[in-house]
Amino acid sequence: MGAQVHGTQEYNKSKRAGIKFNEDAMKIVQKLISNYPEGKHKSALIPILHVAQAEFGGWLSAETMDYVASILKIQPIEVFEVASFYSMFNLKPVGKCVLDVCQTSSCWLSGAEDIVKYIEKKLNIKVGETTKDGMFTLKVAECLGSCGTAPMMQCGASFHEKLTYDKVDSILDKYKAEGKQRNYTDLDYKNTL
Amino acid sequence: MGKKLLIHNDKVPGIDTLEVYRAHGGYASVEKALKTMKPDQVTDEVKKSGLRGRGGAGFPTGLKWSFLAKPEGVPRYLVCNADESEPGTFKDRYLMEKIPHALIEGMITSSYALGAKRSYIYIRGEYFYVARILEQAIAEAYAAGWLGQNILGTDFSHDCYVQVGAGAYICGEETALLESLEGKRGNPRIKPPFPAVAGLWGCPTVVNNVETIAAVCPIVNMGGEEYAKIGVGKSTGTKLISASGHINKPGVYEIELGVPVEEFIYSEEYCGGIRNGKKMKAVVAGGSSVPILPTELILKTAKGEPRLMSYESLGDGGFLTGTMLGSGGFIVMDEDTSIVKNLFTFTRFYHHESCGQCSPCREGTGWMEKILKKFLDGTANESDVDLLWDIQSKIEGKTICPLGEAAAWPVAAAIRHFKDEFLEIARKKKFVDVSHYNRLNLAKV
Repeated sequence: MGAQVHGTQEYNKSKRAGIKFNEDAMKIVQKLISNYPEGKHKSALIPILHVAQAEFGGWLSAETMDYVASILKIQPIEVFEVASFYSMFNLKPVGKCVLDVCQTSSCWLSGAEDIVKYIEKKLNIKVGETTKDGMFTLKVAECLGSCGTAPMMQCGASFHEKLTYDKVDSILDKYKAEGKQRNYTDLDYKNTL
Repeated sequence: MGKKLLIHNDKVPGIDTLEVYRAHGGYASVEKALKTMKPDQVTDEVKKSGLRGRGGAGFPTGLKWSFLAKPEGVPRYLVCNADESEPGTFKDRYLMEKIPHALIEGMITSSYALGAKRSYIYIRGEYFYVARILEQAIAEAYAAGWLGQNILGTDFSHDCYVQVGAGAYICGEETALLESLEGKRGNPRIKPPFPAVAGLWGCPTVVNNVETIAAVCPIVNMGGEEYAKIGVGKSTGTKLISASGHINKPGVYEIELGVPVEEFIYSEEYCGGIRNGKKMKAVVAGGSSVPILPTELILKTAKGEPRLMSYESLGDGGFLTGTMLGSGGFIVMDEDTSIVKNLFTFTRFYHHESCGQCSPCREGTGWMEKILKKFLDGTANESDVDLLWDIQSKIEGKTICPLGEAAAWPVAAAIRHFKDEFLEIARKKKFVDVSHYNRLNLAKV
């Protein structure tokens, strides 16, 4: 990863060819940049990385990060050092649905470990792995602010709370049937099960 | 029934819309402040109210505002800390999700007091959907003239923006938050200079918690003196408490500061007692970083007085026998809970969330997690308890930001009050997690 980020401009340009925001995404990016005073556009980096992750397959490749750097006219390393700091950015390919199961205190007190084990068994993967069909990646997360409705998991923008095994079944079935990539930027949070 | 000032309307249908919020008295503080008060008068009312920072530190808000430098020709900023990440805390999420305009109104009124033409709400990335709710509320406020140029025909103009983070507890520390808002890693800054002098983009900045900013509205409406009459002693006003764990009614409760802890845990108005007919073992009263207390010390102080939900009463006895109100993240544990394992989840959390700048925190949190794992694996020795104590004591006070303390305190308190539990595991070379009855619950719908 590091070697690619530090790569030459020529290399970056050639690899970047396929990475470009469509018109709608570009409008959002421009709006995000306009949220800050003249010359302070670097502040838009984290919000733009969220858009980029959603647009380019749910993760941030070196090429995607270089592209974002070119938009903000900052060095690629400035993007990489940020992308690698925050836990919501994936620096490796992930499944279409990333399941973040909270494991901190209140969720643990309410059975989060059992939820993780249940999903591991159901999907036949371990934490950190992706199912063979590329549909699900299972992750554990630290406190997601859902302690009163524990146990919980997040997938994209949706909070799935007060989880039971049955609830996990229906959520995963629904996601599988829909088959689409779920992003933190998705708006359909009200459709949570 | 205690007084409610922040979420009294949370069940009103449509309260997340400007129209309904306004019909229930919303934006009155903006009208009152802009039309009848000078900015400094608003700050004076906040000072008189005795309002203390609701994010966890409890620093007097009016005093914090009065530190704001006001050099000529330099912009000033108000930044709302909506990076709520302290384990056990979910009150800001509730407030923003249910009554988003309460925060927007507070942002405008507070910005007027501070002379800030621009403000940012920095919200944790996982709350993306809440950010959308806030953005909708902001759009409504612009359309109705509560934001933008010449608000209410005055010469006060204000713009408010939302920025999402991307998953980092440390960004709840105000200087790390500012770094993140500037598009960088969330590494806390060395202070001084404090944000009041050099904050966002080097300009004077006030950073306040969501609940703090929302509380400015009732303070302006009722006057600081009236607000100060609510509560007990220096713990004035109301506080949102996030109640979770082994209680019958987890959720967000607005309490008048000074409610007895026993009433809060056992009354039907609040937590409704311990679930499944179990007995209470311990409570973490103010978010993961504050000292855990066993039942006898959370219900009564060492002096035998009833413990109250207030900054002073929870702090009574210092860390030897007391704790802190903190963020109001109130986690209740029943008799079957392993304090060692709960501590492990906290320590794993702090290890994960350490930004890595300071060695004592970066390394120490990892070492503590490793040792606690030995307890869970049944391979720990009795001397490991002393080792844990030694490590935590060498993190506290030796880091740039308070994450070091936040990681050290829970370890110290767990050993202080539950040392026997550690020793028993070490002697038996076996850890049995008996808090398993939830498995039965999970199988039910």
